[in-house]
Amino acid sequence: MLIARILKNDRGGQIFLALLLLLSVLVPLLNLGLPKGHALHVSTYTLTLLGKYLTYALLAVSVDLVWGFLGILSLGHGAFFALGGYAMGMYLMRQIGDRGVYGNPDLPDFMVFLNWQELPWFWHGFDMFWFTLIMIVLVPGVLAFVFGWLAFRSRVTGVYLSIITQALTYALMLAFFRNEMGFGGNNGLTDFKDILGFDLQSDATRVGLFLASALALAAGYLACRAIINSRLGRVAIAIRDAEDRTRFIGYRVEHVKLWIFTFSAILAGIAGALYVPQVGIINPGEFSPLNSIELVVWVAVGGRATLYGAVLGAMGVNYAKTWFTAALPDGWLFALGALFILVTVLLPKGIIGLLTRRGARS
Amino acid sequence: MNALEQLRRSVDRDEVFEFLRPKINVRDLDLTHGTILYLEDVSVSFDGFKAINDLNLYIDAGELRCIIGPNGAGKTTMMDIITGKTRPDTGSVFFGQRIDLLKLSEPEIASNGIGRKFQKPTVFEYHTVFENLELAMEGDKRVWPTLRATLSGEDKDHIDETLTTIGLQEHAQAYAGALSHGQKQWLEIGMLLMQNPLLLLVDEPVAGMTHQEMDRTAELLTSLAGKRSVVVVEHDMDFVRSIARKVTVLHQGSVLAEGSMDDVQNDPKVVEVYLGE
Repeated sequence: MLIARILKNDRGGQIFLALLLLLSVLVPLLNLGLPKGHALHVSTYTLTLLGKYLTYALLAVSVDLVWGFLGILSLGHGAFFALGGYAMGMYLMRQIGDRGVYGNPDLPDFMVFLNWQELPWFWHGFDMFWFTLIMIVLVPGVLAFVFGWLAFRSRVTGVYLSIITQALTYALMLAFFRNEMGFGGNNGLTDFKDILGFDLQSDATRVGLFLASALALAAGYLACRAIINSRLGRVAIAIRDAEDRTRFIGYRVEHVKLWIFTFSAILAGIAGALYVPQVGIINPGEFSPLNSIELVVWVAVGGRATLYGAVLGAMGVNYAKTWFTAALPDGWLFALGALFILVTVLLPKGIIGLLTRRGARS
Repeated sequence: MNALEQLRRSVDRDEVFEFLRPKINVRDLDLTHGTILYLEDVSVSFDGFKAINDLNLYIDAGELRCIIGPNGAGKTTMMDIITGKTRPDTGSVFFGQRIDLLKLSEPEIASNGIGRKFQKPTVFEYHTVFENLELAMEGDKRVWPTLRATLSGEDKDHIDETLTTIGLQEHAQAYAGALSHGQKQWLEIGMLLMQNPLLLLVDEPVAGMTHQEMDRTAELLTSLAGKRSVVVVEHDMDFVRSIARKVTVLHQGSVLAEGSMDDVQNDPKVVEVYLGE
């Protein structure tokens, strides 16, 4: 079948997808099927945490696609993640209806608070789920397309490109911090009630979101793997290794970069859209440059240019972060920095490189 | 200046509008005068330094031409201009009678049939030899067709054939990064062949090769001429003598002498430039 064909030569991917399948069967069963006091019961907190990690993993996969296989070090992928998140957040805000603090049926709370009289034009349509789904894909996609078109056409590469992606996410953060932008300013969007009519606080909805995240991760992984297996994927690696050469063979390097970058941004947007209902808030902090850098660290730790390494890195580093911020709140950033340096110096191929040790195709 | 020029042209009714002219088909080369490449009055300067100075060069169809010259003579810059990497300040560059290379981008020039081998061998190190050739293969290289591309039996035969020509059939599944220097040079020539170009530009093909490897390369290049035109830039005089029929000497960005190897070597101007060569 199609999936079997995509995974034919991808040992790590087979293992990863099998584990993901196991996780998405076992965790909901242990959460819904067992009583609260049972030793094997998985709490809803843990379930939601895992669901959040899965969306991070999808984000990491999208970064690995452009960084590991195309050689574009994007330090602004958090921006696409946050934009997808905001699109979903806007839908969830509209779902609150008149159950907000001010009880206004037409306006979200923060707009009532700012004394706005009517809904800004760009909020229209977000009361419909299908429209939101389109926007989740379209907004990050169009931004990446326009940005990529300008950047790749002028042949901005390497560290310069990294810096302007960083500037992109920083500029968006500043813009979203402003109340006049109409996205809730520094408080962002929160206090969500339900999604598609299902209560966001209920265990069943949480399980549904968890499963949706797992499904999105699996589909995103397979799509990326299919691209890499195609001749286009080989062209991408060729661009990473010798851009000029690829151009002289006759490939339109800018176009290849543009489409893969856009695709990757869309994946990041989808990850963000699944992240928001699970954590219950989206604010401009998600645009912060630090987030985008951190997610590059996940990929580096896991092992770039493997895809499943990105998943491993995202899960591992975030698990460590959850543990650290509870046990040693001040130590986390130091630990992250140390981790990055250690991985760069000792494990240039990340944990996956350590596991395989075969000098697999980097 | 460009916008003004455009405006002036659109008012000027003596000639057919640019957009009304039929598009020239890829590979529709007009070789009626037997010349495949024209460089006329080409000049380019970098920060005031004239790398190419009023260069006039004509390459005949099917010819094997060697270009020599001391360091800084503008050999590599000339190749950059032909392949679209550098744009000249003045002059014109035509491929056949009709294709104006100055109007095309690098990939367009490549798909029109000009292939280039770089001075430093650049192959895709993390691809196998086979994959390197597959990527170079002539075909539709836009994004979507590339995503959907599959290898037909014919393609495989074509690649195998090239593997035999460059003598790397035993290394087909080896990573290109693991090849020796000479093998990389051959692989790169093989990639050029897969592109099926009408004009090959070969920059220093034997740098760092042993004598044996050099002989094989000479054989390979001579066998290519005839069907295709080959321009070789090379420092190694023995190698040039072994393959060249016609040699062009570049000096300070323009042609100093042109003719057979013997003529050129006895030219007092050339002797002066090379000082004792």
